[in-house]
Amino acid sequence: MPHPAPEAQVVDGGSASKPQRIIKLGKTTDDSDKKSTNRRVKDIELCVPIVYGTIAFYLGRKASESQSHKWTVYVRGATNEDLGAVIKHVVFQLHPSFNNPTRVVESPPFELSECGWGEFEIGISLFFHSDVCDKKLDLVHFLKLYPEDESGPQSTKKPVVMESYNEIVFPEPSECFFARVQNHPAVIVPRLPAGFSLPAPVENMNDKGRGDTKDHPLSQWFMNFSEADELLKLASARQQVQAHIVKLRRELSVIDGMPQPLKPAASYECI
Amino acid sequence: MDAKDILGLPKTPLPIAQEKKSRPHKDSQRKPDGISREVYALTGGVAPLMPSIDVSQLKRRPPSDEKITWQWLPFTSSARKDNLQLYHWVRVVNGVPPTGDYSFAKYNKSVDVIRYTDEEYAKYLTDPKWTKEETDQLFDLCERFDLRFIIIADRFPTPRTVEELKDRYYSASRAILVARAPSPGEVASHPLVKEPYNVTQEIERKRALSMVLSQTKHQERKDAEVLAEAKRIAESRMAARAAEEPDLPVPPDIGPESAERAIGPGDTISPSNVQVHAAAAAPSTSVIADNSSTLASLRMLKVYLRTYALEQMVQAASSSAGLRTIKRVEQTLQDLGINLKPKVPTKAVCAEHLELRKEILTLLNLQKQLQYKEAEGSSFRDGSYGDMPGTAKRSQRAVDQDRTFVPDTISFGGDRGVKREQKRKGPGRASETPSSPAGAHKRPRKMKASDL
Repeated sequence: MPHPAPEAQVVDGGSASKPQRIIKLGKTTDDSDKKSTNRRVKDIELCVPIVYGTIAFYLGRKASESQSHKWTVYVRGATNEDLGAVIKHVVFQLHPSFNNPTRVVESPPFELSECGWGEFEIGISLFFHSDVCDKKLDLVHFLKLYPEDESGPQSTKKPVVMESYNEIVFPEPSECFFARVQNHPAVIVPRLPAGFSLPAPVENMNDKGRGDTKDHPLSQWFMNFSEADELLKLASARQQVQAHIVKLRRELSVIDGMPQPLKPAASYECI
Repeated sequence: MDAKDILGLPKTPLPIAQEKKSRPHKDSQRKPDGISREVYALTGGVAPLMPSIDVSQLKRRPPSDEKITWQWLPFTSSARKDNLQLYHWVRVVNGVPPTGDYSFAKYNKSVDVIRYTDEEYAKYLTDPKWTKEETDQLFDLCERFDLRFIIIADRFPTPRTVEELKDRYYSASRAILVARAPSPGEVASHPLVKEPYNVTQEIERKRALSMVLSQTKHQERKDAEVLAEAKRIAESRMAARAAEEPDLPVPPDIGPESAERAIGPGDTISPSNVQVHAAAAAPSTSVIADNSSTLASLRMLKVYLRTYALEQMVQAASSSAGLRTIKRVEQTLQDLGINLKPKVPTKAVCAEHLELRKEILTLLNLQKQLQYKEAEGSSFRDGSYGDMPGTAKRSQRAVDQDRTFVPDTISFGGDRGVKREQKRKGPGRASETPSSPAGAHKRPRKMKASDL
């Protein structure tokens, strides 16, 4: 049954009983740009893993009272890929004692370097391209200048690195965005269910030069975030808990004299 | 008996009376003849209500006047249309071989495939997508292969899907039936006429089936989640509706229906379809409902951070738990060496983290349940403090068994109010399980030192 869709590539043929994978939110008579921004891809969430943080070097001999450290705050792709396809610009909000504390970085790599003496919270606001999201996303990071280990003088060679891993999730990306980044290394696209029709891939229009951080001068200090360790630990912890649950259930059933005790309604049973 | 002989004691008539009594008793207990004692014992040693074995038939031998031989003889089968001569072993009685058709010929059933004439084809069966030749071939194959469409599709000269073939066959047969019938009423009850083949539905059904089959475990779990939750919502709505029949305008039952719509074609489940209706008065305390409403609200956001999503889900999962329980969950996490906020919050890690928290909640609930039950039980028992030395030993052993988990179970005891401990008497249970440290804190405080 032909579907009243303006763009043929989008048609997910089938009977009416199937929920449409792509829903139209916008008006029908607008130009195609607006249409494709309004059409969203349901049930596919795009995920952009990022790392943000600071690296601070003690200036040593060159240090003065007001400028003892040189530090850089940044947002990078977790695998050091270019975030420019997703993020349009980043606003770093510094301590008011800085000149022009609101610093805007218009292009990747999204970073800012400054000199100072104090530790404070830096506000990081991510602004996305128009077809990605019209809302900004706020992060907060505490600038750490002094190492945990306070013994001995600070080294000028070894910086204090504080990084946080996180993932930006777009639960219902626009078609345009999806088409643009479905093969982009900075974006995690989940396994697509069978029968899903991909919009045609769009040429990447970003020719502004390298925005990735793979060869960044500070890249040697970047931390490695591996989910494998966490998963292992979590799995082992779950096993322990599950074993205890089994034991308790058995004991409960002994007491009750019933073959299988009822699980409490308030707790959710995991398989 | 022999003893009495040796002793020279008379064999008194007294036992005889007893024997008489015991014999009828024994008869009913005796095994039946015909099968050995051990075999009978397999059935449980009790005779079945309806004897399935006709015992008298068991040891029957063929009458001795019959002479039995076995011979390798040819046979014919009505099921075979060719002249192939087959042989088999035949039980010959007194030189007379058995007569009659081959015993398995009666199983040779086939389907009545309706064959049309050329005029009938021209009149009723022309179709733009099918040539007469193809339709003829189809019907031939159907007859040959007894409507086994998978095979027919395989043999069909031009590539056609199974659904197309079925569609053509059934619609053609139906048309012929209807055309040949003297009146429509007569064929109305024929299964081909009554239930026409619905191609689109079939294609859809098979697609849905293959999607369900190829679901990952993760997806299966999600499906089960949503189904259970939809059921809960429906039930709570029913309860709400029943409870407030006169007052409430009947809320639109979108929950289970939209859940079915989401589940039916087997697409990726979007729990956002299932909305917990605000009008439903029954407060849903189930964690699953909270989970899905959190998911729904997350989906409403254009963008969010994974850590934010995890926080929301954790909150939803712990919504039914008090502050103290939440603290205990966090304590358990720390004891297990898990960060309260994952260092690498990927989708998978967050999911595992959430599940772990839920499992810990379950564990704590079970521990609480166990304690209540033990308290109930022990209030009946004569719980004296004389139990203590034994119980101290028990908890020591349990401590040895379960090193990693000891700190938190004992620390749970630290939370207990003094009142509770004084009320509780020793459990008096003989079982020695690692959860008895949970019971350890039931004993009065002075035991704590030795426990640790």
